[in-house]
Formats: sequence, C-alpha cells, structure tokens
Amino acid sequence: MPEVLKAPLVVEFPFTRSLGPVQSAFLTGLRERVVLGVRTADGRTLVPPVEYDPVTAEEIRDLVEVAPTGTVTTWAWNHEPRRGQPLGTPFAWVLVQLDGADTALLHALDAPGPEAVHTGMRVRVRWAEERSGAITDIACFEPYDGAAADVSGHSGDFEDAVHGIVAHARLDYVYSPGRAQSAYINALSSRRTFGERCPSCRKVYVPPRGACPTCGVATTEQVEVGPGGTVTTFCIVNIKAKNLDIEVPYVYAHIALDGAGLALHGRIGGIPYDQVRMGLRVEPVWTEGARFPDHYRPTGEPDADYETYKELL
Amino acid sequence: MTRDIALVAFAQTDHRRTSDELSEVEMLMPVLHDVLGQTGLKTADIGFTCSGSSDYLAGRAFSFTLALDGVGAWPPISESHVEMDGAWALYEAWTKLLTGDADTALVYSYGKSSPGSVRDVLTRQLDPYYVAPLWPDSVALAALQAQALIDAGETDEPALAAVGARSRTDARTNSHAQLRGSVPQGDYVVRPLRTGDCPPIGDGAAAVILAAGERARELCARPAWIRGIDHRIEAHALGVRDLTDSPSARLAAEKAGAFERPVDTAELHAPFSSQEVVLRKALRLGDDVRVNPSGGALAANPIMAAGLIRIGEAATRIHRGESDRALAHATSGPCLQQNLVAVLEGDPR
Repeated sequence: MPEVLKAPLVVEFPFTRSLGPVQSAFLTGLRERVVLGVRTADGRTLVPPVEYDPVTAEEIRDLVEVAPTGTVTTWAWNHEPRRGQPLGTPFAWVLVQLDGADTALLHALDAPGPEAVHTGMRVRVRWAEERSGAITDIACFEPYDGAAADVSGHSGDFEDAVHGIVAHARLDYVYSPGRAQSAYINALSSRRTFGERCPSCRKVYVPPRGACPTCGVATTEQVEVGPGGTVTTFCIVNIKAKNLDIEVPYVYAHIALDGAGLALHGRIGGIPYDQVRMGLRVEPVWTEGARFPDHYRPTGEPDADYETYKELL
Repeated sequence: MTRDIALVAFAQTDHRRTSDELSEVEMLMPVLHDVLGQTGLKTADIGFTCSGSSDYLAGRAFSFTLALDGVGAWPPISESHVEMDGAWALYEAWTKLLTGDADTALVYSYGKSSPGSVRDVLTRQLDPYYVAPLWPDSVALAALQAQALIDAGETDEPALAAVGARSRTDARTNSHAQLRGSVPQGDYVVRPLRTGDCPPIGDGAAAVILAAGERARELCARPAWIRGIDHRIEAHALGVRDLTDSPSARLAAEKAGAFERPVDTAELHAPFSSQEVVLRKALRLGDDVRVNPSGGALAANPIMAAGLIRIGEAATRIHRGESDRALAHATSGPCLQQNLVAVLEGDPR
C-alpha cells in the first residue's frame, strides 16, 4: 500500500451569538463586576442565570445580585492546561456555589496545587483586568478566607448593555483521505488520473471515494482514464470569486474523461468563452509543480457525438 | 399498532487508535456487509436506514452523506441521520418499525476521533455562552463528577481503578476491543481520574439490523426482542444537576420496563470508570448482574458508535443464548447528561 496521505486541517469559526435578556444582564454585570442570578418561581436562585427554568421551562426574568464569594462544591485538578482554558498554569476546575445562589458555576480556581483545594473551601472571583461582557470577565476564582461579601442589590439594569458575544472556536485536525482518494491523489502527482471500477455495475468512478454509491460495495480495481475528455455541460462564470486570479467571464464545465463513468468538473481555457460547447474535446493543462490540472483546453479533435456522453451529463 | 421488534444482527469493526488508511465509508462498509450477510438481506430489502455520526470528530463536513455511499442508496432509499450516537438512530428506526411503515431497518454509526483532539472537540457541544468559552475538556468534566462521588463516599480511587481493570480483563475475550487485558492505571489525566479511568480514544463503526414480528424469526434463530426503549435528558448546566446521581437514566429505565423483572446482563455506556458507579446505582444493578461482559466503553469507545455497540453486545448475548433478559444503555453529553435504556429479551428456552 502506498504511503497514507495526511495534511493539517484547521476548522475555525467565530460564531456571533445574540443574548436573551437574562444572559445580557448577567454578562453585562460581569463587565461591571456584578454577579447576577435569576430567581425561579419556587424561590431558587440560579447562577449562572438562564432564560427559562430548567425544571418547569417557565420564562424567568427576576434578576437578583449574588456575592462574588462562594463555596466549592466539587473540583478536579488540571495539571496540564489546554489551549483556550482560563489559566496557563496548573489549576483546579471548580463548580462554585456563590453566596446567595442555589446552583453552581463552572470556572477555574487558581491554587498552588491539589493539596490546597478541597470541596467546601471558600473562594472569590478574581476579575479580569479587561472586561467585555463575557464569562471570561471572571479571570478565575482564588482562595478566600472569609464570609460572604456584601452586595448592593443591583437591579440588573445597565447602561450600554451587551446584547451579543463573539465565540471563537478553533479545532485542529490531521486529515487523511483514505485508501481510494490517497491512490487518486498520488497518481495525480505524476499527472495521471485513476478511477476505480465497481465490481457490480462496472461503472468507473473518478475521483474514486472507495465505494459505489449505487451498489454499496467497495471499488478496488484501478482504471486509468483520460487524459482527454469531453465537455458534457458547462456554465459561464461572470462574477469574480474572492482570492481567485482568473479573468471573467470564463467557463466551468463538467468533463467526462475518456473511460470515466461520471464527469468531474474543471475550468475550460484556450478558447473564447462563448465558443465552448457540449461535446467539445478537451485535455488537461498542467502547471509546474501542481498536483491537479490548472484547466482543460481544446484538443482540436472533432466534437464528440451526443450519444457517447448523454449518460454523463 | 403494537409490534414485536427485535435486533437480529450486529457487527462492529476492530476499534483502533487510528485508521489513517481508511476513509469513513471504507471503515464502515465491512460492518454493513457483515450484518446484511448475517441475515441474507440486500440493501433493497431494507425498509428503513438510519445512522448516527458527528462531522466534528474528523472535521469533515457532511461526512454522513459520503458514508451513505457504503449503503448503496439507489434506487432512492428511506433514510435518516441523527447527529447522535447510533443508539438514538436505533431508537428512530424502532419507532419507524412500530408505525408499520417498514418491517426491517438497518442502523449504523461510526466515529473517527483520530484526526482531531476529541477532548477539545467535545467542548463544542457545551453551552456556548457560559461554558464553551472556558474550553473545559471531556476528561475535566468527568473528573468533577468523579470527585463529587468521592466526596459523597460513593467510591474512591482504588474502587475506580478496579472498574477499569475489570473492564479490560473482560475485554480479553472481545477481539474487537482496543484495550484488552492488563493496562496500567497510569498517572492523573485530570485528578482524580487517571489514564485507566478514561476510555481509549479510537476509531470504529457498528451496524445492526432490526426486524418486526415473524420477519425477525425468519432472519435470526433467537431474536433479541426490544421489550422497551426510552431516553431522557437532564439540564445542560452542570451546576444545577446532582452529579452523583442519574435521574434521567433511572427514568428511562423505568419507562423501558427495566425494573419490572430482573435482568441477567447489563451493557452500560460508561466512558469513565466513575460513571459506572453512577449508573449501577441509578439502574439498580445488583452484584448478580453481569455488567459489561464485552469490556464496555473503557475497553473501546468509538464515539458515536459506542452506545449502539452496547445494544449490539447485549443482543448478541441473547442471540447466543448467554442471556435471557439484558439491559443496554447509551449516553450522550457531559457527565451522563442524556441516557437511553433498552430492555432486550430472548424467547423462552
């Protein structure tokens, strides 16, 4: 088996999320160093507060300030902080029941070591220096030897409240395309195109994905196709794509390589866009060092007869 | 309409740390062919197809549509997909058979965790406002639950280590398992959980076939009848839950009829040793119940398939005559947030 191909793949997405009125008040409060909970109909105070009662699903809006001090209800020592976590040095994950709250908040506790942490210990919020209205406005918790801090009874009304957050996410992968696609990509590097034939219906798939989607069986027999092919259908692109250095208008086409059971797609060059037609015979044009054809150009052969490609549109 | 529905065939891959040489469909196809081969069915004979997977694991958008290539979905088939463990796909298929719309169903699921960092990937399922920005990884959240259990006096570190050791000892007879036999308990990953308390990270796939009534008897010598199945979910916020208990698992078991008569076998989807402690209590499993004879998720935990595998393993023991009434459990979300319980029975012998 040839070497398995691998490549880094980064999936990154900044989600812009809008906040409900309770979330907005809570996160704005953190910006102002005020911790708010929300009271349920049965008198419990939920911190962090939510828009709907987790038991009854009733809409809840009764905001109440709680103390920035509290008690650890459970903890876990994290000796190897990971990317994005609140502290870069070893810390304890903690659930903290703030004074005045009936539920616990998840965050980090900055402590010298696991021997300094226990369930029931008293902690207080350490505020981030720069705050924007996000859960990370709490930098972490820190040990605190004292009674509940006083609260002013904040109403939850703020000027310039935050109504949304931008949640950044990044996940790193090492992508591997599998057997069939690896063989296809490896062959392309020597400017040859291999498809795979279905043992049941005999169709040749290009590019191959390892299975015949019609028959549900593995394709294993490799079949070289092309290099020539036939334009089976096409469109004229009139809008320039971002970061794409191709003059418009140009033609993007379905091309059935000779011997292939379905068409792949590529750009047609070397001919004015308004002269491209169904049945046009084309061949790939490679640029130095490329791993796939830059575009396809006319071969000069007579056009293919419609009957020869009508199943490959 | 009431119909008896049974699991009549089950197959799974050998679960491995990596499967670089295989695409998802290449990994999945052998198990699809295996269950079809066991029953003699062809794709065209299947009334309904349902799958479970998550594109986040391998970072591959719409991978489930590519996986469908392995089914042979032409002429067009009746098909559905859940972004859940395959146990929930099985639940959907079960309801479809109950309606009478189909007599047979193919259910499959797969997960390739090896391309990514699954501890980080799983943070993306959490509350995006208050929790996900802190990136608490899956082991950290399980460790908070484990510490709560230790504080409550329900377990201790040696007892947790014993759960992992027993699981991997049992897995010695399971050729598909990723960790088999003696595995060092290791260092803390996130204290109090050590390497041995955590599931192996790996790739794998599984498939089952369900059939209704007489069709099931035609396809399998001793069908595993699904006597009840139910799933329940708890609040997403960890701080509002009692992490030492699992009311959702208990309620699902009650609705599935698990408490009506004792079971002889239980396959529990407890990825962390501490979660088995919670589930044994919630599901009222005594010492006379054989728990996770397959080795469970501590021996192989292909995410999105591990729950379906629990149901398949329980059914297989009924097929073989090694069990008459078994409980199968699947979980989803952090700290056993969501739980599915199925009760399976064989015909009297």
